[in-house]
Amino acid sequence: MEPLTWTGSLSVLDPIFLLAWAALGIAVVAQIVATFLAAEDIVEHEVSASTRKLAEYTVLGVKIIAGLILLLILVYVIGGILMPTMEAKGIVGTVSTRLLPVWIALLATFVVSIVFKRRLGLYGKLFDSMVGMIGFAIVMFWVFTAIFGAMDLIVTHDPLAQVSGMKNKVPGTALPDVEGAFPYYLLGGDNLARDVFSRVVKGAWEVVKVAPFATLFAFMVGITLGLPAAYFGGRLDTILSFVSNLILAFPVILLFYLLVTPEIVQTGIPVYMAAVLFIFPIIFMVILINSRFHVQPVKRSVYLVITLVLGLWVYSGVAWNADPLGVIEFPPNLLVVFVSVVFVNSPTVFRIVRGIALDIKTRDYVAAGQTRGEGPWYIMLWEILPNARGPLIVDFCLRIGYTTILLGTLGFFGLGLSPESPDWGSTINDGRKLLSVFPHPALAPAFSLMSLVLGLNLLADGLREESLRD
Amino acid sequence: MGVFILRRVGVMILTALCLTFVVFFLTNLYPALEKLAKTQGNQRMSDEAVVSYLERNGHLQPLLVKYGQWLGVVPGHVHENPETGAITARCATRGMDPSEAPRFCGLLQGDWGFSTVFKDDVSSIIATRLGLTGKLMFWVLVVMVPSALLIGVLAGMREGSRLDRSLSTFSIASTATPEYVSGVILITLLASSAGWKIFKGTATSAADNATLENFLLPVLTISLYGVGYIARMTRASMTEVMTAQYIRTARLKGVSFRNVVLKHALRNALIAPFTVIMLQFPWLLNGVVIVETLFNYKGFGWVLVQAAGNNDISLLLACSVVAVVVVLVTQLISDIGYVFLNPRIQIS
Repeated sequence: MEPLTWTGSLSVLDPIFLLAWAALGIAVVAQIVATFLAAEDIVEHEVSASTRKLAEYTVLGVKIIAGLILLLILVYVIGGILMPTMEAKGIVGTVSTRLLPVWIALLATFVVSIVFKRRLGLYGKLFDSMVGMIGFAIVMFWVFTAIFGAMDLIVTHDPLAQVSGMKNKVPGTALPDVEGAFPYYLLGGDNLARDVFSRVVKGAWEVVKVAPFATLFAFMVGITLGLPAAYFGGRLDTILSFVSNLILAFPVILLFYLLVTPEIVQTGIPVYMAAVLFIFPIIFMVILINSRFHVQPVKRSVYLVITLVLGLWVYSGVAWNADPLGVIEFPPNLLVVFVSVVFVNSPTVFRIVRGIALDIKTRDYVAAGQTRGEGPWYIMLWEILPNARGPLIVDFCLRIGYTTILLGTLGFFGLGLSPESPDWGSTINDGRKLLSVFPHPALAPAFSLMSLVLGLNLLADGLREESLRD
Repeated sequence: MGVFILRRVGVMILTALCLTFVVFFLTNLYPALEKLAKTQGNQRMSDEAVVSYLERNGHLQPLLVKYGQWLGVVPGHVHENPETGAITARCATRGMDPSEAPRFCGLLQGDWGFSTVFKDDVSSIIATRLGLTGKLMFWVLVVMVPSALLIGVLAGMREGSRLDRSLSTFSIASTATPEYVSGVILITLLASSAGWKIFKGTATSAADNATLENFLLPVLTISLYGVGYIARMTRASMTEVMTAQYIRTARLKGVSFRNVVLKHALRNALIAPFTVIMLQFPWLLNGVVIVETLFNYKGFGWVLVQAAGNNDISLLLACSVVAVVVVLVTQLISDIGYVFLNPRIQIS
């Protein structure tokens, strides 16, 4: 069979698309120069009308060209779905057809969120900022891709299956013999003749299932230690700060190499670290509930028992792999990766929380709470923490991105996850050896990782803008 | 000031001791030692052979004693074979009669140990490799710092302008692209048969003879990731300065915008980026490891990976000492520099 072209029947649009990109590049440069000159003019001399007009024209030009490019992308995506055959769809069209569940979910999320945005608090305000919306769209695209990919809705082939004759084939190559299988390798084959597209989609799930939770755990550890360090100060603060600086002074990669080697795993050190780090969320929840309800003993006891039972059950399964009911299991090599990422992230969170708490501690409402006779933990968790939420939420988004980069680094050095694992870092590592001849197996995961982290950064930027506004 | 520096140096030494002890502990766990013995001897060594190898080389002593020996405060290990009477001593260099070996050999005596991977003295390996990485770092700083400051100042002098938005988007994109991603993209675009083949995808030859062709891509890859972060910090600091009262006064007095930016704002706006650039060094160290692996440039980062991958204890410890010293010294410089640049801060 003939290999697929990139855009199939829509390839008539390709010259326009390329021209539009070239025009955009020129227009952006022109715009920067023109606005810069115009601004200088206003200050230095009389307002020069012609320069200002020129600047306005370039701004308008950039908007029109960017709009045209967006429109063309929409045509490629939607047109690709509507085309009848795969040859007519091309690679872009077929990929976008495979991603149909993602588009639907994304559309539904945005419609619902925008309709109810006034009732959704900070999340709703996100939809007032263009940057935030773009970031949110990219992030949700990958989240949905990961989830549907894990449900086997999107992938075209088994990410581990090797098809002979497909080694390092370019995107759109047809399989030699089709027996009920998907007839093409949409994004080509890697150096072990596996489908790059399926591996990228499966790799998204590897990131989505680890990064947010690892970040959350790091935040629990950082908050539980950072608040008392700032509030009580003194020797506690000195010791905790020293330890956190100690961890921060370690080069991350050296730490990974020391923690994530099979020899260290044999000694069980990661399990002990997990045992220590994973206890923090339980401590956090218990203190949170206890300080809130300690004047209502019945309520407190009920909530505490529920938290402890649930928490310890998950804890025994996750940290010790000894769930009494046998429901929760945690693959040991994933645990190592998880623990080392949490370990690397927690000191930074600790420093941030400590800094914010030191500032908020001096506010009047904290003094008022103290005169009312509120306990120290109530003040920390129910007075200081809610007022620190803005910067913490923003940092949470940024830190998920950073965690994604760290996971990629682990994969890049072949540490932790199994060598067959489809995660993006490992795939880049596999592809880099033949980069100058066959770049496509490494490029697809590279762009995926970049877009996800970019989305998270834009989301954080949007959130920061909106949370500063109120 | 003197007391402050003394205290900081004290904390630094304590931190370095703690960190090297952690590295020492992790590399001296039994499974790691077993791996070391097997890579030194052969893969199918029996358990007894492993134990006797470890015994002979002094790996089975208590951890603290070994750490003391490495530091040079405890006499070096001497082993006498009960059957043959052959003596092996930790402090004996090659070709030296073990009985004449000095008693102490450790960091304090200037002896960094012997690398089991490269079969060479650790100090000479570290010295040559650090020199190569120093070359890389120098060019990275030459590219990164001026461009980052320029982007940050241009973006920050008019908050919210078109220029600001374009440059901020660029800096966000650059912080979102880790080295192993930008490196892959740059190689594909500029050094592969799929793109223009103008540069080389490896920098191995740059160790002896660095040219634009083999050295630009690694330098660019490391710089790109750092530029965004420094530029964002510079922008934040610049916008803050531009809203200050004295800038408004200068503007109302009739000082031209150019002079306001160059003479009044710039100096104050560059205080914060100075610390950021200094604190960026530990990050650069990470970037160096990734880029040297990606481009096969045999510098310090490459050695670190080799040492860690083969559990070469002496070399790994030396690497961590260097890394830790770099991190802590830059922290110290950034603190002291901050005081000099900003006279309002008093150290007490």
